[in-house]
Amino acid sequence: MLEENLLILLVALPFVAAVAMATLSTQAHAAAAWVCGGFVVAGVGILATLHGQIGGGAVLRAGWDWVPSLGLSITFRMDALVWLMVSLVFGIGLLVLIYARYYLTKSDPVPRFYAFLMAFAGAMVGMLMSGNILMLVVFWELTSLFSFLLVGYWHQSQNARDGARTALVVTGAGGLCLMLAMLMIGRIAGSYDLDVVLEAGDLVRSDPAYPLILVLFLLGCFTKSAQMPFHFWLPGAMAAPTPVSAFLHSATLVKAGVFLLVRFFPVLGETQLWFFLVTGIGMATLLFASILALFRHDLKGLLAYSTVSHLGLITALAGIGSPGAILAAIFHIANHAVFKASLFMAAGIIDHEAGTRDMRRLSGLMRYMPFTGILAIVASASMAGVPLLNGFLSKEMFFAEAADWHNGSWLDDSLAWIATLAGVFAVAYSLRFIVTVFFGPEPVDLPRTPHEPPAWMRRPVELLVLVCLLVGILPGLTLGPTMNLAAQSVLGADLPYTDIAIWHGVTTPLLMSLAALVGGTALFAIFGRHISAGPEGPPLIHRVRAIRLFEMGMTLLARRLPERAMVLFGTERLQPQLRMMVLVVVAFVVGVLWRGQRQGPDALATPLDTAFVLMWVVGASCAVGSAYLAKYHRFAALVLLGGTGAVTCVTFAWLSAPDLAVTQLLVEIVTTVLLLLGLRWLPKRSEEIPGDRLVSARLRRAQDLVLAVVVGGGLAMIAYVAMTAPLVPNLGDWFLRNAYHEGGGTNVVNILLVDFRAFDTLGEITVLAVVAVTVYALLRRFRPAEESEPVARTDQTGDTRTLADIMLVPSVIMRWMFPVIVLLAAYFFFRGHDLPGGGFAAGVTLSIAILLQYLGHDTRWVEARLTVLPVRWMGFGLLIAGLTGLGALVFGYPFLSAHARYVTIPLIGEVPAATVMIFDVGVFALVLGATVLMLVSIAHQTLRTARLKERRLQAPEPEEAR
Amino acid sequence: MELVLSAAIGVLAASGVWLILRPRTFQVIVGLCLMSYAVNLFIFSMGRVMPGVPPIMPRGGFVDPTAYADPLPQALVLTAIVISFATTALFLVVMIASRGLTGTDHVDGTEKQP
Repeated sequence: MLEENLLILLVALPFVAAVAMATLSTQAHAAAAWVCGGFVVAGVGILATLHGQIGGGAVLRAGWDWVPSLGLSITFRMDALVWLMVSLVFGIGLLVLIYARYYLTKSDPVPRFYAFLMAFAGAMVGMLMSGNILMLVVFWELTSLFSFLLVGYWHQSQNARDGARTALVVTGAGGLCLMLAMLMIGRIAGSYDLDVVLEAGDLVRSDPAYPLILVLFLLGCFTKSAQMPFHFWLPGAMAAPTPVSAFLHSATLVKAGVFLLVRFFPVLGETQLWFFLVTGIGMATLLFASILALFRHDLKGLLAYSTVSHLGLITALAGIGSPGAILAAIFHIANHAVFKASLFMAAGIIDHEAGTRDMRRLSGLMRYMPFTGILAIVASASMAGVPLLNGFLSKEMFFAEAADWHNGSWLDDSLAWIATLAGVFAVAYSLRFIVTVFFGPEPVDLPRTPHEPPAWMRRPVELLVLVCLLVGILPGLTLGPTMNLAAQSVLGADLPYTDIAIWHGVTTPLLMSLAALVGGTALFAIFGRHISAGPEGPPLIHRVRAIRLFEMGMTLLARRLPERAMVLFGTERLQPQLRMMVLVVVAFVVGVLWRGQRQGPDALATPLDTAFVLMWVVGASCAVGSAYLAKYHRFAALVLLGGTGAVTCVTFAWLSAPDLAVTQLLVEIVTTVLLLLGLRWLPKRSEEIPGDRLVSARLRRAQDLVLAVVVGGGLAMIAYVAMTAPLVPNLGDWFLRNAYHEGGGTNVVNILLVDFRAFDTLGEITVLAVVAVTVYALLRRFRPAEESEPVARTDQTGDTRTLADIMLVPSVIMRWMFPVIVLLAAYFFFRGHDLPGGGFAAGVTLSIAILLQYLGHDTRWVEARLTVLPVRWMGFGLLIAGLTGLGALVFGYPFLSAHARYVTIPLIGEVPAATVMIFDVGVFALVLGATVLMLVSIAHQTLRTARLKERRLQAPEPEEAR
Repeated sequence: MELVLSAAIGVLAASGVWLILRPRTFQVIVGLCLMSYAVNLFIFSMGRVMPGVPPIMPRGGFVDPTAYADPLPQALVLTAIVISFATTALFLVVMIASRGLTGTDHVDGTEKQP
């Protein structure tokens, strides 16, 4: 139990630290470092505690089920390999924290840096410890995201932004490939649990999709570990602050890819394809990157390409996959992390104290910073593979595998040669780093006078170099046992113990190392000067840059092609868009129905009713009429639209849907009033639209008519076929059976809305509220159309009566109707649970009552007598509905569960008293508020325009006055 | 009855589609209203045409579902009516605002396309 908690704590610690950092003031530099340091030290402590069990070969697991039905669980898993990697993250993380404390300047927002760094560390630890391969992918993508933020930390610099974006695009795309691979592996293995997957190697390898899985998986790993041809993002990412480079680009992020290669070797490895792809790419990367590194003038650029090259080495080892190769790969992961982190830090110190990283300007720094110089020399020697240093050991093991391991292929025969050649270049670029920077003449015109850094900025480098030496001299006593355990956790516990030693006698690998040392020294001695004077890249091909190709590709993909597609397919006009949409719908439906078969007889055909037929003759004529008239005679079209609505409403009543009939009728009234109010601002069109009788316009109309007839005919056919097919028992039956017992009412439709599907209704009234507020907001900046400026009626007809005179009789009737309609609303509301009605109908009814007053009277008259605060009604409605739902939680039921019973009230009798009544009150209040708000805000425009006109009359030509 | 209702749905949908393809904003709004009628009737008709079947159950006890009107399409349509009212209101306001701002009631906000 303790271990489980410790595992979870280990993943949580960096994230907690990140959140803590994010809350700190940007000035709190020291505090940020101390707090972060505390968290990381705690992590190191946990790792030390766990070491005992890990050392015993145990695999620790912790976690819980998340979505068991989908095979998703949150599982953390730690074996020796993971322990080693996590230790690297925390150990180097701690050193980087200390280093960054002195590296970053006062003006940098330091806590943000630490927050990103900690979040990245958390994602990395989560990725390493994931016991579920889908979770692994999530953390994998998180590392890409946080590395984007870290690389772009100095976002004011164009280089940082470009580098961050390139890194994100490349590693993110790789992550997607990895996700696909993981999904396929999970399907084949039958589980997403890492333990199960690791056992399912034979199953995966024998699957026909294995080549595809392998390629996708390798795309993920290779992009992350910057293998050719995806290596270009890593040099670009050097725009990051140096602590980031030391942490991400030497020890952690880039190691994620090779870690996964090693981890999944038992699942995907041991095939010819694996060997050729992984070892092939790895060897190519090893060689080419070491050549490129030699030609870089930027210190960090050299280190970046060297990192790419070393990652190639590890990849090649994972491709070989023999026990010795896996051991060497793990060993080199650790060794490279140690010496490369110290080199990055040293490069950062040089940059910090001398003001430049350009090797052509740096020279003779040994005089100014002897300690840093010695540290850098030792670390570079390790990078070059000089004996008695850790880099030598793992490189020697790599040489041994390259020379001694055979599977008879051409690639295998060339391994030793390529390895030696790459070793030559590695020695040469290490020498170049040391000799040009620390030796030679006095530097001239450096931006700053170089001097030793603060002691604590150098301590992390000292410690790392000490590790290099210790491991290099006493491998068996230091990292040997851990390495063996880690290799066993990959390949199985029966792996024989390999003693890592310095001296094996005069063997082929030793000769290869010596050849590399001699050859590299000679290469640098002969060509060193030419390289410094030459361009930044190997002769002949320095103009070919992968990053340029990538950028061209991106421009093509993200700019040119979309623009071309826009020109070809896009339009800003609504009509072609809608036409296209209708066509697509038609095509889709036709495609779906093409091979469908008509099933069943016309068993349900009900006898024809003449009244129904006549009614629909009227309804259809109204629809066609309004379609015909909507252009020039808007008011007539509106009246006809109302006719169709009325027929629809009667149809609902006819066919046993009283709730729908009531709602349709009420909504019909409100909609008509709304459109009428709108027509006030869009009066009748008096002139013909130019070009309306042209042939092209007629053709367009004919074309649309055909389309409309096709849609209408098709829909009619589908409707007829569906209506005459026998009704199969469906969900509605369940609602009918359970409405009374579960919902406590007899009107099933209402119970569906307020009880069974109350969440939908909550969403629906929210939409209504949103629309009402939007309408209100849109109308606040309303400008009326010129043609809607009211023309004085008296000018036209000579009639002198005022509006109030004309409307006298209707307004009195409407005034009298007010209490009656309020009563009707109350009636609708209370009967809703058992009979047609309900909160919605009641709300619309009451809003109609208010609306009638606005119609019959002057707006000012109404508002002097009747105070409606629609926004508050809406707010309280939403609040009541939501709180009713939350109330169920208090009693331990899911959100919006209802309770129903009948209570007896004197005089009225038995009334349903369910909690849904309260919910219905919320619906009622919101509907009332929303409807009134919409209508009143349109009605108010008359007042506003009147007021505007008054103001304009008082202050003539305000525009010119300004 | 089924024939009449499906023909009605077809006529409403055809009028609606023709109108939403028109260039004037008011035509589009009327078209959307007609289409919402058609769609509501269509969804409603999926519960089959059942004149004279009781929609309200008696109190207490389980009922035989086949003897009652299907409540599910009705509940769906009830929601649809409300939402189409809301969208009509929104479109209407957009229409009059766009008329005031652009000086035309063409759906693209300009009278003639170049």
